[in-house]
Amino acid sequence: YIRTGSVFLAQTQDRLISLKRINSRLNVIGIPSEIISPKKVAELHPLLNVHDLVGAMHVPEDAVVSSADVALALASAASQNGVQIYDRTSVLHVMVKKGQVTGVETDKGQIECQYFVNCAGQWAYELGLSNEEPVSIPLHACEHFYLLTRPLETPLQSNTPTIVDADGRIYIRNWQGGILSGGFEKNPKPIFTEGKNQLEIQNLQEDWDHFEPLLSSLLRRMPDLETLEILKLVNCPETFTPDMRCIMGESPSVRGYFVLAGMNSAGLSFGGGAGRYLAEWMVHGSPSENIWELDLKRFGALQSSRTFLRHRVMEVMPLLYDLKVPRWDFQTGRQLRTSPLYDRLDAQGARWMEKHGFERPKYFVPPDKDLLALEQSKTFYKPDWFEIVESEVKCCKEAVCVIDMSSFTKFEITSTGDQALEVLQYLFSNDLDVPVGHIVHTGMLNQGGGYENDCSVARLSKRSFFMISPTDQQVHCWAWLKKHMPEDSNLLLEDVTWKYTALNLIGPRAVDVLSELSYAPMTPDHFPSLFCKEMSVGYANGIRVMSMTHTGEPGFMLYIPIEYALHVYNEVMSVGQKYGIRNAGYYALRSLRIEKFFAFWGQDLNTLTTPLECGRESRVKLEKGMDFIGRDALLQQKQNGVYKRLTMFILDDHDTDLDLWPWWGEPIYRNGQYAGKTTSSAYSYTLERHVCLGFVHNFSEDTGEEQVVTADFINRGEYEIDIAGHRFQAKAKLYPVTSLFTHKRRKEDVELSDLHGK
Amino acid sequence: MPSTLPFWILKNSARSGIAALQGGKRLYSRWASNGNEARWRLFSHLPGTRKSSVPCSGFALQKASRHTSTEEDDFQLQLSPQQVNEVLRAGESAHKILDLVSGVPNSVLRFESNQLAANSPVEDRRGIATCLQTNGLMFGIFDGHGGHACAQAVSERLFYYVAVSLMSQQTLERMEGAVESMKPLLPILHWLKRPGDSIYKDVTSVHLDHLRVYWQELLDLHMEMGLNIKEALTHSFQRLDSDISLEVQAPLEDEMTRNLSLQVAFSGATACMAHVDGVHLHVANAGDCRAILGVQEDNGMWSCLPLTSDHNAWNPAELSRLKREHPESEDRTVIVDHRLLGVLMPCRAFGDVQLKWSKELQHSVLERGFDTEALNIYQFTPPHYYTPPYLTAKPEVTYHRLRPQDKFLVLASDGLWDVLGNEEVVRLVVEHLAEAGRHKPDLAQRPANLGLMQSLLLQRKAQGLHAADQNAATRLIRHAIGTNEYGEMEPERLTAMLTLPEDLARMYRDDITVTVVYFNSDSIDAYYRGG
Repeated sequence: YIRTGSVFLAQTQDRLISLKRINSRLNVIGIPSEIISPKKVAELHPLLNVHDLVGAMHVPEDAVVSSADVALALASAASQNGVQIYDRTSVLHVMVKKGQVTGVETDKGQIECQYFVNCAGQWAYELGLSNEEPVSIPLHACEHFYLLTRPLETPLQSNTPTIVDADGRIYIRNWQGGILSGGFEKNPKPIFTEGKNQLEIQNLQEDWDHFEPLLSSLLRRMPDLETLEILKLVNCPETFTPDMRCIMGESPSVRGYFVLAGMNSAGLSFGGGAGRYLAEWMVHGSPSENIWELDLKRFGALQSSRTFLRHRVMEVMPLLYDLKVPRWDFQTGRQLRTSPLYDRLDAQGARWMEKHGFERPKYFVPPDKDLLALEQSKTFYKPDWFEIVESEVKCCKEAVCVIDMSSFTKFEITSTGDQALEVLQYLFSNDLDVPVGHIVHTGMLNQGGGYENDCSVARLSKRSFFMISPTDQQVHCWAWLKKHMPEDSNLLLEDVTWKYTALNLIGPRAVDVLSELSYAPMTPDHFPSLFCKEMSVGYANGIRVMSMTHTGEPGFMLYIPIEYALHVYNEVMSVGQKYGIRNAGYYALRSLRIEKFFAFWGQDLNTLTTPLECGRESRVKLEKGMDFIGRDALLQQKQNGVYKRLTMFILDDHDTDLDLWPWWGEPIYRNGQYAGKTTSSAYSYTLERHVCLGFVHNFSEDTGEEQVVTADFINRGEYEIDIAGHRFQAKAKLYPVTSLFTHKRRKEDVELSDLHGK
Repeated sequence: MPSTLPFWILKNSARSGIAALQGGKRLYSRWASNGNEARWRLFSHLPGTRKSSVPCSGFALQKASRHTSTEEDDFQLQLSPQQVNEVLRAGESAHKILDLVSGVPNSVLRFESNQLAANSPVEDRRGIATCLQTNGLMFGIFDGHGGHACAQAVSERLFYYVAVSLMSQQTLERMEGAVESMKPLLPILHWLKRPGDSIYKDVTSVHLDHLRVYWQELLDLHMEMGLNIKEALTHSFQRLDSDISLEVQAPLEDEMTRNLSLQVAFSGATACMAHVDGVHLHVANAGDCRAILGVQEDNGMWSCLPLTSDHNAWNPAELSRLKREHPESEDRTVIVDHRLLGVLMPCRAFGDVQLKWSKELQHSVLERGFDTEALNIYQFTPPHYYTPPYLTAKPEVTYHRLRPQDKFLVLASDGLWDVLGNEEVVRLVVEHLAEAGRHKPDLAQRPANLGLMQSLLLQRKAQGLHAADQNAATRLIRHAIGTNEYGEMEPERLTAMLTLPEDLARMYRDDITVTVVYFNSDSIDAYYRGG
């Protein structure tokens, strides 16, 4: 390979901010990079026009490799180790017996195998569907064009840096003394929607008209190239996924069926690492890093519609070079799963975000606000919904709000005898043998003690449980449960996500609203915290009311059979009027939970974090009288201590109005030394400060080795958070700020202490 | 709902729709029950109503549209340009001729073809095939009337007759030998564009038998080299037509086959086909399809060279032929109201045995217990039917030796020629060629640098050219139905034309089928230079 370095150009201040953010992240993982001035850019590359630039990021150690050479080298290395490669052989389908891969049927015969890896690139979707039990691998190809030219008069040096001009949507690099330049255009051309199509392959032609914007952008960046001779325009389709991240891991339905595909045009850069993680996954059962973001199981069959994929990749491909600001949402492939209240909420000004295909309200725009302006704002600074969410939070604190939270994954587990309890006791770290009606917050851990899932389980009866987990756990959790449930027991596992509409009534007056609607005593004596009761609300009977809100605020979750949803919502809203009820969205919820140090699975928690590392000792019952998955690991960790600790940071000298906002992934510095990264952040309207959650490690100053992190270690540090190169002082907390709770009734303290221990 | 029909339809309906409207509601209902027989002039017994009905045509249409569109919502005139394109392009096909004929590049570069239906189902057919035993590429357009059965049969079978006619004695002997010894037959044709789904699968064995009888007769002629192309084309047309006519007279056991042959014989089709072998271009035509050549003179000027003459009442040669073939007493009745016996527009066609057989034969065949109503067969005897046959399938064959200045050939059904003149068609194809040339700057031949390429692309973008049709046939159809009386392209008109409900479409436009064949001037040039 040739080390050329690469330069990422910024034409706007916002782009520069995003480069600065990347820069501070690169630096802490040991990749040298720096933000440079336009003048310096011109020195690095002789042909660049730098007049419209505001800055750039230089990564000097980036290199260029030839994908064909890499593939050949890999193939020959593999052959030397005894791997047989069959070329010109096509896989017809994968043979499966009892949910386990047994072999591959090819056009040249059968090959027996235990594991199969589908890395068929843009054909992976089709190949997955060719199975008897289809494996859904949501990806879709788009045509991708790049230009090759003949050499310059003075051929480019082989070490000329690669240029990425994301604002111009192009990349440019040296190619045999000439240039290779392509890009990710605004109007991509999806292809192969109907699968492998010989006609379409033949028709893959250069489309100069389509390439014109990119060519113009190239010539604006390098005006001297005007006289350069064209060699050809290559049309080489690339594969994209619905969320711009690649897809890897084991199929939820077929054991031994692995996938690695959908590289979003970065196959060569990511291939090495992705290959390693996949190999670990196959050999050890799990990769050594958290890669939930890439796991095939983050998708379900619901992302598998050809139409959805076709529309979504048309948005994803340009997004590769679009400016990504905090909290952007996809615009295509929306309104697939909605709550029955969707139209009602939409009419009241709801703005929506999507998770796992489900529409969830972000916030509600008051009628007097200018809607259009609000939708178009893209900023790294204080967003314009700030005041809107503030009033929603205030209402949660002082009166009552209702949030539609129907998207959460809901399972019901029942059995004829005690099997349900036994299985769950083995799967969950907390003690589930609680009296009927109790709710238990608990983790579903893996062998290493890490969170596979974080959920709330309500015991509906002696033999049935109701389990609530994050929205995107629908496939993963199902697969995990199925994998660990005995096959022939009389256990019934049912996905009831679609059966219930969930309303979260948050706020001190929630209790008044509910008691008025149910004529049942709702006082803490009758309805203690973390309790579940079926009761009537309005005319509707059989509503599951749970005294919890996922935020630490007082209130109730209502699980309503969908046909009653509208009725209950209307009743709640009309009765709630006198208590000042209003709609709220997930942004308010987020602010509330983060300021209370509620960590969230998928953002803060993952398969490599244990309860002990995030202060949830109380949610683990090591001595509940039976073994559970991860118990050994936790016991050991309890003895040895933890190597990282989820910590809450309160930014001290951060000016909410003027400074850049934290998002996630910002480096944390302890006493000037890198100690970890943030996982999520939100503005706390109560503390009037930004709150970030993140893991603090203790890297040895000499060796960089990880050392035990103690509470003392956390407390004695001076912390800074690096937001795009600017460090802000932060106070570290291991437990929620108590002042938040002082004005509450004692009973809520009970709920919280139960949640967080100590 | 009629208010959603644009004004021009009401105003402009006189062109083709007027005939259908004259009779008003009463005729329309009869028309519908008989299928869409627009080519047949069923209401010819109402001459003279034309003038009087013009002022009220708008009114008549209102009635008609109320009457016919069962769901008024069918009138959706808001097709997006994209949707318009999709509708227009649905019938597209294009092919590049890549293979060399004995080392020489083929004189045909590529062809582009398209079809837009007005009848439902469409009555036009097209076929394109290469002869495998002899050199030659065949292009055919078949315009059916009174149903699509005859057009389908002719489009499937005619090329085989031609191919067999052209075979040498030796090849024919091999074919005959193969059939005798039950060995697989030599492949005769390679279809580049099949004429639609065959409904005749079950009867192909019968067809093959007839084809075999034909080549046996050819064998008996003992002609070493086979027929020349002109003879071959003429014979093939006539032979196929007589086979069609005989098949229905012969006693057939299978009812299905019998019904089909009856439908074929009692419907009709005009045909126009071109045979290209090197620089030898033959066009055989029977009826009112048309073939023209686009010629670019050395000075760059384009002109049009018609290769066929329309066989209809406006053709003096045809008129005198008809008068010659029938007694003088019939001079006034052979062509009435510009139609053959006052009934049929073209005066040559396949099928249409109503105009070929004697009355007695027609009756004897039909009395064999066919359910003519169910078969959708329109049986009638025209007035003044004295000396059949009045109709022939004998083609007029034109020979043209291709020159380097002959750039393309356009074959199309009368649906196109009704609305576009020859010169206009040539102009449109030339425009299309010019745009296609600009569309793909040929990098291999003239290396362009990035700057030139960019300015070219920007120019093209400014002109919005890249949205134009890729297929010349589509472009012709677009203009045929989208051009207003001032010769301008009118998008609203185009949209309206395409959104006409099925049952009304035929009043405003005919089925249009177009094939554009591009010649390779270089290889033609090489032919002349090589001698």
